[in-house]
Amino acid sequence: MKYLRSFGRFWWNFIVGDDWRVAAGVAAALGLTSLLTHEGVNAWWLLPASIALVLTGSLLRVVRRS
Amino acid sequence: MSTSTILIVAGAFLASAVEMVEALTIVLGVGVVRGWRSTLIGVAAAVVVLGVLVAALGPALRSIPIGTLRLVVGALLLAFGLQWLRKAILRSSGYKDLHDEDEAFTSEREQAAAAGDEQRAGLDWYSFTVAFKGVLLEGLEVVFIVIAFGSAEGHLGLAAAGAAAAVVVVVIAGVLAKGPLSRVPENTIKFVVGLLLTSFGCFWGAEGAGVDWPGDELSLLGVIAFFGALSFVLVRALRRRRRVLPVTAGAEA
Repeated sequence: MKYLRSFGRFWWNFIVGDDWRVAAGVAAALGLTSLLTHEGVNAWWLLPASIALVLTGSLLRVVRRS
Repeated sequence: MSTSTILIVAGAFLASAVEMVEALTIVLGVGVVRGWRSTLIGVAAAVVVLGVLVAALGPALRSIPIGTLRLVVGALLLAFGLQWLRKAILRSSGYKDLHDEDEAFTSEREQAAAAGDEQRAGLDWYSFTVAFKGVLLEGLEVVFIVIAFGSAEGHLGLAAAGAAAAVVVVVIAGVLAKGPLSRVPENTIKFVVGLLLTSFGCFWGAEGAGVDWPGDELSLLGVIAFFGALSFVLVRALRRRRRVLPVTAGAEA
């Protein structure tokens, strides 16, 4: 159980890192893009714009904490 | 060779170079203090594990439909690449300490000198495990990038060759320098790699979600330019804020 937990923590840190909101924002943006394209909207602009917001938000949180 | 292929090889080379510089510091720190036999066996064992991972996972991913693969790879590259880019922006703006190879080397040497003298399987167990873990952990990031880059565009061999070339260059540079490669501009390289990972992740992730990029592959350059400009603006803004409201560097873990 201890090894499983360590294994899970390693991969969480490896992929998600220290701000889970970034990974959650990426997943939400990809989901929304997929939804829009399946509705016939070629939403190529949505993902770059969402990533810009997610990245800026994450940096602002660090800056405000310090 | 297309623009994206060149960028894939360059990205794999740079990511591998910067990770191998860090692995080299660990290996040198242990090897210089405790001897080279067990240290190099640890390095070799880690390289074998990493090679097996690339050889096994790369071809296995070919059976997944390209749309699904690009969506998954894009999402993972984005989550992973944004970590690199975020840290590089924080380092460039002074909100996070720069990685210091000389300091890491000194610390590694001190720990190696203080460690016990346990022997297992005819090896100095400390040297073996530290070298193995160091190369494996630094190398895992490279393997992840090589597999992601290689599988989404079908150029696994080229991506692996780019990463392998960086290993050779770093090892030769390390042997010639006889010490850690502290003059390598690690933050700049990490900035470029973070930018490439994020841009490729965005490009492939959106394609996997069904998007048709205007201008097809050319729009990849537009995505890179967009995130490059955004990063530049963010660094400038954070530096200005730091001048107005000084903080202790390294506030971010």
